[in-house]
Amino acid sequence: MALLDVKDLSVTFATPEGTVNAVNGVTFALDKGETLGIVGESGSGKSQLSFAIMGLLAKNGTATGSVIFDGKEILNAPPKVIGPIRAMKIAMIFQDPMTSLNPYMRVADQMAEVLTHHKGMAKAEAVTEAVRMLDAVKIPDAKGRVHLYPHEFSGGMRQRVMIAMSLLGRPELLIADEPTTALDVTVQAQIMKLLSELQRDFGMATILITHDLGVVAGFCEDVLVLYGGQVMEKSPVEPLFQMPAHPYSKGLLKAIPRVDQEGDELDSIPGSPPNMTNAPKGCPFAPRCDYVRDDCRERLNPLTQFAPDRWRACNRTLEEIA
Amino acid sequence: MTTPLLRVEDLRVTFALRSPGDLPWTKPRLLRAVSGVDFEILPGETLGIVGESGSGKSTLARALIQLVPATGKAIWQGKTDLLKLSPREMMAYRSDIQMVFQDPLASLNPRMTVGQIIAEPLRTHRSDLSRDEVRKRVKLSMDRVGLLPNQINRYPHEFSGGQAQRIGIARALIVEPKLLICDEPVSALDVSIQAQVINLLDELQRDLGLSMIFIAHDLSVVKHISDRVMVLYLGREMETAGSKALYADPQHPYTQALLSAVPIPDPVAERAKVMIPLDGELPSPINPPSGCVFRTRCPRAAPKCAQEVPVLTKGAHGVACHYPGPLVTAGKATERA
Repeated sequence: MALLDVKDLSVTFATPEGTVNAVNGVTFALDKGETLGIVGESGSGKSQLSFAIMGLLAKNGTATGSVIFDGKEILNAPPKVIGPIRAMKIAMIFQDPMTSLNPYMRVADQMAEVLTHHKGMAKAEAVTEAVRMLDAVKIPDAKGRVHLYPHEFSGGMRQRVMIAMSLLGRPELLIADEPTTALDVTVQAQIMKLLSELQRDFGMATILITHDLGVVAGFCEDVLVLYGGQVMEKSPVEPLFQMPAHPYSKGLLKAIPRVDQEGDELDSIPGSPPNMTNAPKGCPFAPRCDYVRDDCRERLNPLTQFAPDRWRACNRTLEEIA
Repeated sequence: MTTPLLRVEDLRVTFALRSPGDLPWTKPRLLRAVSGVDFEILPGETLGIVGESGSGKSTLARALIQLVPATGKAIWQGKTDLLKLSPREMMAYRSDIQMVFQDPLASLNPRMTVGQIIAEPLRTHRSDLSRDEVRKRVKLSMDRVGLLPNQINRYPHEFSGGQAQRIGIARALIVEPKLLICDEPVSALDVSIQAQVINLLDELQRDLGLSMIFIAHDLSVVKHISDRVMVLYLGREMETAGSKALYADPQHPYTQALLSAVPIPDPVAERAKVMIPLDGELPSPINPPSGCVFRTRCPRAAPKCAQEVPVLTKGAHGVACHYPGPLVTAGKATERA
């Protein structure tokens, strides 16, 4: 049985301008210890997808479908059910470590709070555990620095604190939402290396949400490509990069400037990501697609398997987009 | 030999910091954001400036247009030193040097229409132009960056990030500058949009014969657009070379580490590549390491590096390192030390 089983998950927001369809019928499953990358641009619904799983949607958001974690339905579950799971079983780290740490609390207190509140540990014991976890994420002099405030750490160190904090409950699933976007490339490389080591040591399943296909290439086993709230392609990482099966994944790969290859002009995707308030009918990528035909603007084929472990949602055949 | 459009010599920017509670006679602490940078830009050339946050790349750009006080020389077209000009004298040169900023929406006035925003530099620098002429030029500038003329009366919030950046570029181009300084123009944009804006800048640069300074924290973005690339670390030049040479044959260990940190969108290549791990983060510019500023994180650091500041070698491929050379494994580096 899969650790996390997401079926037909949709998220809508009621706004004064109309209904925003942020996520439209996303289905995927994740086994214990697996790494899944969710790739998409801004507005693709990748963050709302994870917020829905965690039960963290904004007040005007509604989620439908099903999210089964460890055999239990957790979508829209009451706080009594989701609370303990959120604390101990599923952890999440966010893009901006400064806004997700409490600036008024010392790191020791914030970290210990997790353990005293959820595990009923004594404060002193919890702080010792916090120091041990800070050591695990390679913060030098963890014992001395545990009593500092978040602003006394640099961006990379703060992200390490966040990671340490999320690991305190020994989660079975870690959701990392753009964990390195705010960091320098050199620090990004450090954090990604740390995450893969921790992922191996703790054996937790990880969902990495990012816009950067390069990060996905180094870290994930499977990839979900999202566009306009829908899964465009789902594939193990190697074949996706070697032979993308969707016009959007193809375009995205060609648009990335690469340091390891020659070439002057970048292939860009014309237009801009869709506005989900008035989401177009049919395929959300149709207005920007090179292979678009009339039927794409009316409807989109459901996600279909076309090779072992590989799925795509496109009206055109593989030969047509080759 | 062509006269360089801009020749910068020994540019230094130092900020005096006072902590709250300091007594009036306490000496302020000095933060050297840029310390002794030299470079040249030829007409029609693009110089990429790369470095981590805190490396002084934005400060360097700001110093050139007197947004922050600097010492040294910035010789414009072989004649005028821009850093010596009074604000009034500088005005005459401001239309020659225009800037495009990182956050496209934050750099546009939300209460002005696109037409007003793009026309504003003309109102300052070319107040002699008639209204019709201004409108004509605004439309031309919009057309050049791929904005539709019927969008002229819209407000910035109605545009996406990529389009807002096009507005910023149109505004910069309307006074026909000779040098365009782009300070991280694409780092706030989505990947697919990044490529659009980079291609646009590349095309404009070729069509209009602009010189460009392109600042980024990411070596991959700079590669596609630059003729030459300069790598900064803690306000000092580490390596300067032609774009091809720098990427194919980096000599400075910092450049090599920076290159190896860029994730490659190819699982096979990404997992096979040699990573040069850089431990820790940029040291504080208030109290920089002695000798070579990079030595605290350098895999090749030797005793000499702590004592002597390495000088940037002259020539087409300049390196500021006591032990430059192609990539070697850590073992060999220790032997040499």
